[in-house]
Amino acid sequence: MSDPVPHLSPNQRAWRRFQRNRPALLSAWYLLVLMLSVALWPLLLHLFGGHFATTHDPDQITDLQFSPPDAHHWFGTDIHGRDLFSRVLYGAQISLFVGLVGTGVSLVIGVLWGAVAGYVGGRLDGFLMRIVDILYSLPSIIFVIVLMTTFGELLKETHYVQQSPAIAGALRVVLLFVGLGAISWLTMARIVRGQVLSLRTRSFVEASRVLGARSRWILARHIIPNTSGVIITYLALTMPEIILYESFLSYLGLGVQPPMASWGTLIAEGVGQINAIRIYWWLIMFPAGGLVTTLLALNFLGDGLRDAFDVKAK
Amino acid sequence: MYFVRRILFAVPLLLVISALAFVLVHLAPGGPFDGERKPASPEIERNLQAKYHLDEPIWKQYCRYLRDLAHGDFGVSLKYRNHNVNDIIRQGLPVSVTLGGLAFCFAMAVGLPAGFLTAAWRGRWVDYVGSFLAVLAVCLPSFVVAPVLLLVFSLKLHWFPIGLWSSPWHMILPPVALGLYFSGKVTRILREGMLNAAQSEFVTAARAKGMGETALLFKHAFRLALLPVVSYAGPMLADLLTGSFIIESIFQIPGIGVFLVNSSLNRDYTLVVGLSLLYAILIIGLNLVVDFAYKLLDPRVKYE
Repeated sequence: MSDPVPHLSPNQRAWRRFQRNRPALLSAWYLLVLMLSVALWPLLLHLFGGHFATTHDPDQITDLQFSPPDAHHWFGTDIHGRDLFSRVLYGAQISLFVGLVGTGVSLVIGVLWGAVAGYVGGRLDGFLMRIVDILYSLPSIIFVIVLMTTFGELLKETHYVQQSPAIAGALRVVLLFVGLGAISWLTMARIVRGQVLSLRTRSFVEASRVLGARSRWILARHIIPNTSGVIITYLALTMPEIILYESFLSYLGLGVQPPMASWGTLIAEGVGQINAIRIYWWLIMFPAGGLVTTLLALNFLGDGLRDAFDVKAK
Repeated sequence: MYFVRRILFAVPLLLVISALAFVLVHLAPGGPFDGERKPASPEIERNLQAKYHLDEPIWKQYCRYLRDLAHGDFGVSLKYRNHNVNDIIRQGLPVSVTLGGLAFCFAMAVGLPAGFLTAAWRGRWVDYVGSFLAVLAVCLPSFVVAPVLLLVFSLKLHWFPIGLWSSPWHMILPPVALGLYFSGKVTRILREGMLNAAQSEFVTAARAKGMGETALLFKHAFRLALLPVVSYAGPMLADLLTGSFIIESIFQIPGIGVFLVNSSLNRDYTLVVGLSLLYAILIIGLNLVVDFAYKLLDPRVKYE
């Protein structure tokens, strides 16, 4: 006699399916290792100290300009003789962080907007979704530039920023989170609204309402958990877009400012060194490699989640 | 009837978008004359402001802008003051449209066959290789692709010129660099659409009636799977046709993509609003075309 099959919730079944998807699992591990090494690298430098720490300090300027990759500098050095390996990890810190937080911002705005529009319906729905339509038809770059410069100028006036450049840099990164989140929630809002619209009429939701449940309870207990698969999937697919957008902005010089670095600024520095006489391939290849492998991993992860939760394309 | 209503609705939508762009760019600190030599005296600056009516309240400026717009005049660029916005668009748009159109053709020419083949040979090596390349294309930002293409094909192999836009020979690398991302997207969307279509009941029914697999793929799966591709292709074409800052600046192509970014950085108010309107018209127009194409492709779709 075989064992009775335990009852699994839809989300548990999805998790089982996800664990059988090898590329997605591998990607999850890759991202985990990357995040760990990004977090632990400064600690490692601190522990080793001495020569190792000075050769691998991302901000340490040396005479060793444009040295190709070797045993000391695994990824070579840049125009100021700084160790590229450390700089790529240092850039990963900003890129990943901006990606994570930007995705979080877009999640909060998008889910709230879409859930309210879909659940309340009627005129409010029409109004909220028209706003989404309008923002869709506006070139997002204008939105971001105006947002970044407006708040950037306002922040410059404040007391703290004038006191310390470190705080100014940090505030700029915060600004980047908000700006990128603010333009990336549109798709999430549309998807969540569609989900909520179809869930609202399902019988278990109506049953709950008949039993006297209030809207907030229904939203929190029935609607949001049932959309969670879709939301998680689109989170994994939004994050690469935000990371890409951040690197694009930093490439334009609108994102993080030196001495801070992200993958975008590192690639921009590498592209700036292109000339017909000598090709410093490592300046482009390694930061780009970090960016592209991360985006690949996130995409595989997103695809795996989508298959696991069986999310249909819009 | 539905489409007439949609077109009529587009007019207020464009008004709102122009107002939003107008207010947004005026809200940003700084002005269009900041980057220039400091004027000799405050009077000169004041006169400059007065000449372009920047001293008026913003609603008055917007009304003035709308009045000129009604006559087909986008105004004078505040940064490049001997050029009209109309002139800038007239000069740059054909270049950007050519570049974007070629990139669109490249994306479709690569993406449609790749999507079809990966779906037809699902689970075989064609699928694995094709799908992986498609994800890779989606993950390669244009500011990586363009320099790498330049390094390999222009600087190392000397097959193509490094930049500019003067002969057909110049028009190969930039569209490829621009269209690569979209070719990957199209591949993925088409593959997914065909796999979904293959599971639908009418395909099973057709198979039960004895329809051949090849005919099934072409007649049913492909046709149905084109729908999501079409709805993606509309906004994508709008993006491509309005130019790309990265590609145009790396290859030094005189399109309008560079202006879109620079004008917002320069607070070139008239140019920003003009280009935003152009973008919005393209997006709205192409979305209309998409909905129309839906009706042609899928007889089940009804608009009321």
